[in-house]
Amino acid sequence: MRSILDRLGWRGWVLPLTLLVLAEAAMRIHPVESDALARPTDVLNALAQGIANGSVLRLSAQTLAAALAGLALGGGLGLAAGIWFGLSRAASDAASLSVELLRPVPSVALIPLSMLVFGFGFRMEIAVIAFTCFWPMLLLSQAAVRNVEPRLLEVARVLGFAWWERVLKLILPAALPRIFVAFRLCVGIALVVAVTTEIAANPQGLGYALMNAQQSLRPDLMFAMLLWIGLLGWGLGAGLLLLQRAWFRHSLAQQP
Amino acid sequence: MKTRAIVSSVSVSVALLALWGVIAKLEWISPIFLPGPAATWQSLSDGLRHGELLHLTLGTVERMAYGWALASLIGIALGALIGISPLLRAWLQPTLELIRPLPASAIVPVAIAFIGLSPAMVLIVIAFGAVWPVLLATTHGFANIEPRLHEVGRVLRLSPLAFIVKVGLPNAMPDALAGMRLSLTVSLILAIVGEMLASQEGLGLAILQAARSFRSADLFAGVVLLGAIGFVSNSLLGMAERRALKWKQI
Repeated sequence: MRSILDRLGWRGWVLPLTLLVLAEAAMRIHPVESDALARPTDVLNALAQGIANGSVLRLSAQTLAAALAGLALGGGLGLAAGIWFGLSRAASDAASLSVELLRPVPSVALIPLSMLVFGFGFRMEIAVIAFTCFWPMLLLSQAAVRNVEPRLLEVARVLGFAWWERVLKLILPAALPRIFVAFRLCVGIALVVAVTTEIAANPQGLGYALMNAQQSLRPDLMFAMLLWIGLLGWGLGAGLLLLQRAWFRHSLAQQP
Repeated sequence: MKTRAIVSSVSVSVALLALWGVIAKLEWISPIFLPGPAATWQSLSDGLRHGELLHLTLGTVERMAYGWALASLIGIALGALIGISPLLRAWLQPTLELIRPLPASAIVPVAIAFIGLSPAMVLIVIAFGAVWPVLLATTHGFANIEPRLHEVGRVLRLSPLAFIVKVGLPNAMPDALAGMRLSLTVSLILAIVGEMLASQEGLGLAILQAARSFRSADLFAGVVLLGAIGFVSNSLLGMAERRALKWKQI
């Protein structure tokens, strides 16, 4: 990554910066009253104001809380099921048809259902996020457990481990690097689903603020929220990738 | 062994279905929220027979397919250009990397502001969101062409276009197809979100309206149909992928 950035160098930044400067200049020379366009400086201004008065922080906390709670619920269940299915071929065979039938249900199709059951608020958003995170976590942790060196399991049998000792002392540590990769992917998914749920239905968090800014004809605020959502997702992803490199560099060395 | 796995997986699915029926029958969960399998089936078959549900399903499938086709075309074309030319890659890739992580649904408000609530808006949002998996995969496929193939192309004096069509595309096809499969899932999700937000006729809007008027059987029927669309489209593309890549497996 480093070397790619170095090699690409300054040229990559020319296009976005030129576009931004051109937009700024054009809108200063020809001031436009538009519901869709805003000067880049106005956008930055709106974002700075939002950060200064605390509203961006409050909205981010709502979105992130829902995303993480949903991830904890769905990802936790998915991890438990994934470990079980990874260890027991019979269990994964038995569940395979049900998984294949339920997994393709699009996450957003559950927004109306969740709305019907829970009304608006955290619970409906958490339910949708949990359903979405369950499946990738299940499949990836199942694959992670399958990938554990089988001789470790033989050692466990020789040592007479109980099933929970096997899981806690051998399987989890051995599969942890790949499970962390699954976790990183699921954090991104959870954030996207949280924002989507808020845009489509749930009146809270960053997604709703973005939608609201559009509907109240504030393009500067709209782009500011969009920018912030992008920064948040990018920051989370980059942070987790750094952690992954720091903790699991060796065990994931053969993977991209 | 194989048949035992099939028998056990079918029986687990049937057991889950029966559990759903029992829960609904005993009304452990209020029937306002949870209709039984029978009620869902009733709503599904009525809706399909009298046309309304079929019409909505076709609307959603059409939206998904057009958006996906658009995304695939743009993704493969742009991916081929960026993948084949290191110069273009240096100028364009960072910009694309900046836009890519944005949640596609977050583009919806911006698209509404620019285009308004129209079918074209939904189509553009789908194309925008679904283009990334294809674009990345195709770029990767083109960037990793065996260097000796480049030499062969030079020796044969292939024009850049001929090189892309005759060497690059077949080479990038496995990657591109995998990306297209991923973007089909994204397309369905965005078609549903777009319908909900822009009030375009389709299953997405239908299930939202069913939830608002507490018609839970219709809501479940819609969710089942959307699941079926996801399942069928994914399986079809999986089959196409295996067929198209037969030459790769020796």
